[in-house]
Amino acid sequence: MYFISTTLILFAFWLVLSGKFDLFHLALGAISSLVVAWMSSDLLFFEQNKKGRTGEALRFLAYIPWLVAEIFKSTIHVAWLALHPAMRERIDPRIVTFKTRLKSDVARAALANSITLTPGTITVRVEEDVFTVHALSDKTAAGLPGGMEERIARIFREEAA
Amino acid sequence: MIDYLTMILTAAGLFFFFATTLGLLRFPDFYSRMHAAGKGDTLSSLLILSGLALYHLHDPSTANILVAAKILFILVFIFMASPTATHAIIDAGYQSEVKPWTRADDGEGDDDLAV
Repeated sequence: MYFISTTLILFAFWLVLSGKFDLFHLALGAISSLVVAWMSSDLLFFEQNKKGRTGEALRFLAYIPWLVAEIFKSTIHVAWLALHPAMRERIDPRIVTFKTRLKSDVARAALANSITLTPGTITVRVEEDVFTVHALSDKTAAGLPGGMEERIARIFREEAA
Repeated sequence: MIDYLTMILTAAGLFFFFATTLGLLRFPDFYSRMHAAGKGDTLSSLLILSGLALYHLHDPSTANILVAAKILFILVFIFMASPTATHAIIDAGYQSEVKPWTRADDGEGDDDLAV
């Protein structure tokens, strides 16, 4: 099952990158996809016995527009600070730590990346369930972990603590 | 129409590149500079690359659509790589105990690059 999906993903990738649709190139692509999938289909999908992966992927896709909107806000915020003449009175950086209730590695990685991509915060370090975050001001620090943890918990169907 | 969209997207991307580069120079310490470096790149590349992808759809032949698809792949990879790289750099700084700038330090040394 995972072998087949890995092969299909690799073959689709081959089609896009090669751009040639004659028999020779298609056959080459099919053979290399099969060989690579045979050698490493366990690299693309981990936790292979997990259920509900399709729903998880779909919910994650729905999460992306929200994340892009956050990135917009974040960059506008940083650009505004950078161009502001009295920038130093406007920032009050600090390092904060908090505990997450997310369990799986994938969910924690998603939360860490999302924190980095949202306004005024960067994930410095993740150790087990403790997140260390650098925030540009006390206002952004107070918003942690905010609604993001809940959204990610919903994507990966993790129980709220 | 597509030309104008491409122009607007590219110009906005260049503006954010400029603003965040300025931030990289103006912010007071290592950590706050990473805010500018890590986030500006992501959005600016998003804007410029989607402008380029749109430009290639101007004349939608198979080859051009494939070029647009490749540009979108670059975008996806930037989105995964950029926050990860930012995190790796800032964690390296934290581990080697770079002291973060706080309000209390304002006006004291360590301002070598202030513009």
